[in-house]
Amino acid sequence: MSMQPVTDAQPGGPPLAAAQPANDRLLAVAAGRDVPAEVHPEVRDETPVLEIDRFNLWYGGKQALHGITMPIPHNKVTALIGPSGCGKSTLLRSVNRLNDLVQSVRITGDMRLNGDSIYDPRMDVIELRKRMGMVFQKPNPFPMSIYENVVYALRIDGETSRGVLDEVCELSLRGAALWDEVKDRLHDSALGLSGGQQQRLCIARAIAAEPEVLLLDEPCSALDPIATGKVEELIQELRGRYSVLIVTHNMQQASRTSDYTAFMYLGRLIEYGSTTGIFTKPVLRETEAYVTGRFG
Amino acid sequence: MTHHIERQIEHLKERILRVGTLVEEAISKSITALINRDMHLAQRVMANDEEIDRMEVEVEEECLKILALYQPVAADLRFVVSVLKINNDLERMGDLARNIAKRVAQLTAGEATDLPPEIRTMAMQAQDMVKECLDAVVKADPLLARQVREEDDAVDEARQKIRRRIIQGIKNDPENVENLLRINSVSKHIERIADMATNIAEDVIYMVQGDIVRHRNTD
Repeated sequence: MSMQPVTDAQPGGPPLAAAQPANDRLLAVAAGRDVPAEVHPEVRDETPVLEIDRFNLWYGGKQALHGITMPIPHNKVTALIGPSGCGKSTLLRSVNRLNDLVQSVRITGDMRLNGDSIYDPRMDVIELRKRMGMVFQKPNPFPMSIYENVVYALRIDGETSRGVLDEVCELSLRGAALWDEVKDRLHDSALGLSGGQQQRLCIARAIAAEPEVLLLDEPCSALDPIATGKVEELIQELRGRYSVLIVTHNMQQASRTSDYTAFMYLGRLIEYGSTTGIFTKPVLRETEAYVTGRFG
Repeated sequence: MTHHIERQIEHLKERILRVGTLVEEAISKSITALINRDMHLAQRVMANDEEIDRMEVEVEEECLKILALYQPVAADLRFVVSVLKINNDLERMGDLARNIAKRVAQLTAGEATDLPPEIRTMAMQAQDMVKECLDAVVKADPLLARQVREEDDAVDEARQKIRRRIIQGIKNDPENVENLLRINSVSKHIERIADMATNIAEDVIYMVQGDIVRHRNTD
């Protein structure tokens, strides 16, 4: 009996997965044509904390993001996945206007955080960044004690009450699942913590400021599997309490930790839906080819 | 990694089709044995069931290995999960063929009893369904799978007709009740085989299109 690829498109059925990547859409994208993003209806049913609206970004003459429109749901974890260079980190950094620091960056379109335009010229960027938390690939604790790291944002905001600071420190460290490990050495240097602990400290520091959205840029890529497991567990616990936007190149991490997943390719949003949908029954063959590891 | 999982999936396909071929043969031989009153053939079917059982376990182990080592998603995940279920149904079809063969052995030991005329057609319809559902697996063809689902009604009707004939037969000839009950069992087993083929067809639809159509009407 001769075998045919199980996943070939069949007459009468929806487009199917790619045992041989059927990537017409990706070829169109590569040729610079616009393709509409496939956004599943459940995404639109959510209340957005952040709305990305026809957002384009150029580094000099090179366009890195093409007309991205996507709502980021409130109190849910949303993962951005896609091959290297697809623009997922650029998009994440655009949310707190870190790209402002890059010369030659030009943008059109807008993003709104709880309705407030992020790219409004009158927007105070420092105030804007206070409303978001950001955690980077490599843990970056400040060279000070664990305690001071966590309450840093409150201190620069002028909070002096010991009681308030103590309470926020404990709550944030508990929220970041780090309290039990560090409660007896809060005044030791944060640099003495392990990599995984440092990363959870950075998350504690971010949530201490009660951000409206927490941005995580490949937060586990510098961690060993055990530390990664702990951070992933923490992200799962943040579900329902914080709005999280996470960039990851690890698809299992996206599938384990997020409620929604967006697949990006060459600066475009290709498909966006519930994580379960994207990983069991993606609508587009291109998404299927990517999540099954057939390309990228 | 990618090439590995593709190879593993290809290998799994070959294995499940081997189980399918053995089961198809077992069913076909058990029916031939019934019609030709062939005791030897029936005994061979009974003996061969062990091979099907052994292969069923191997396929299941292979599926578990792929799930554990490769964490498949999307089409790959649907394929492995469908194979797990198809494998289970095939093994049960093998058991049903063995059960038919057992009844045939009992029927051929004594005096011949006429078979109800519907049983041949019913057996042919069920065998067609088995063949088509396996073709649907090979070709990943949801249209063929949907057709198999629709064919099940005809088999169910035939089974009811046979049942009524058997009841009448027992009334007319109470002496022959043992044999008539055996034929009744055979027709029930054939009906179950068609049901299992329908299950497999439904798994194919899930495998290819991601829709769970079980417990839904065919129309």
